[in-house]
Amino acid sequence: MSASAVRELELDLDAFEGPFDLLLTLLLKEALEPREVDVAGIVLAFLERLAEREELDLEACGEFLILISALLELKARALFPEEAVELDALEPEEAAEELARRLAEYRRMKEAAIWLRERLGSEGERWFRLGPAPFAPKIERTLAPQDPPVLAAALRGLGTPPPKVSLSHMALRFPPVSQFLERFRRLLSRRACFDFDSEIEGLSRVEQAVAFLALLELRKAGEIALSQPAPFAPIRVSALADERISAWTARSA
Amino acid sequence: MDSPLRLIVSNPVDRLARTIEALLVVASAPLTVAEIAGAVEDDAERVETALGLLRERFAEGRSGIVLEHVAGGYAFRASRDAADACARLFERPVERGLSQAALETLAIVAYLGPCSRPEIARIRGVAADSAVASLLERGLIVEAGRELEAGGAVRYRTTPLFERVFALESLAALPRLDDLGEGDELRKRLLDVASARAS
Repeated sequence: MSASAVRELELDLDAFEGPFDLLLTLLLKEALEPREVDVAGIVLAFLERLAEREELDLEACGEFLILISALLELKARALFPEEAVELDALEPEEAAEELARRLAEYRRMKEAAIWLRERLGSEGERWFRLGPAPFAPKIERTLAPQDPPVLAAALRGLGTPPPKVSLSHMALRFPPVSQFLERFRRLLSRRACFDFDSEIEGLSRVEQAVAFLALLELRKAGEIALSQPAPFAPIRVSALADERISAWTARSA
Repeated sequence: MDSPLRLIVSNPVDRLARTIEALLVVASAPLTVAEIAGAVEDDAERVETALGLLRERFAEGRSGIVLEHVAGGYAFRASRDAADACARLFERPVERGLSQAALETLAIVAYLGPCSRPEIARIRGVAADSAVASLLERGLIVEAGRELEAGGAVRYRTTPLFERVFALESLAALPRLDDLGEGDELRKRLLDVASARAS
């Protein structure tokens, strides 16, 4: 069996009947779906043909292996569509050339591997030291000139506990509301009215707030009337007579 | 009275050669001219002159030690005469048991590198994970960045150790790919089969 006999190998498959090279041509021209081709059937046909002959034809075997490999690659790409885009985009002749290019590239790499193995053999008498990477010189960290007393003072500073931070300013001292109640009552006993803002002028914000609370208490008890001509204008506080209380209540309602 | 073992003329270049000789004894990897020049604090031209002197002195057959230009630098190795003795005492862990798959992968990385595992697998037709891991462990290849696209695969290149093991002055010393194999012949055979029926 020669190499040409491989191409003329007669096949009787479910999807195809005829010589092997015609099958390959139909596949490359996309006239036949690679997934329909029974590759095992082709291999069996070849082996049967081989068994009919008494001698092993290495040339024919090599030729068959190359062709069946190309066919297998075609079928594999057809079975995995995402891989097949590249070849599908090519014309049959271009696809054949692409396959041949890949096979040739692999063959060259195999030859390169053979060259490397031969090189290993020919250079087997070269012995050399294998070791870890040599140590790089250590970089010395240089310090600027230092004054020992300054260093000692710095160390002493580290040994001294830091001063305790005072939180006294955070404490809120609330004066009693009653203090302002009495103060305002005394004031109203002497005068008919007074200006709240001028009375609390100079007091802290906490004291002003407590004074305002006292004002609200007096208003709640009906002892005073409050008036303010405009928002944020001074609050006018006046002692309340019975009739004025009624008028104020009607106005508020 | 102390006397030198060899008759060495004590000129400046010879003193430099002796210093370089010492550096090469200590080094476990080839030293480049620039590295030597930096260490001896001398200019590259004088270093190369001194190295010429040493190559003559440590030529094959003249000493048990041979100075060779390999992997882009200079390194000492044992002379070939001592290979048998070395083989009885030492192991060759880097190249021992390199499989055909590993050699093919190594060839691909050497010729086409930096290249990724998918690229290697595409050329060889089978996954290259095991071969790449073996070559990495032996120190014959190293990672060399990633492919450009987002999440790109790790790429690999050969190491100076590869060049040293295969006695290459550099990767340029590899034979041309066109000189290897019979790619054109294979292409012709496949195209013949494809076109014979069509015509």
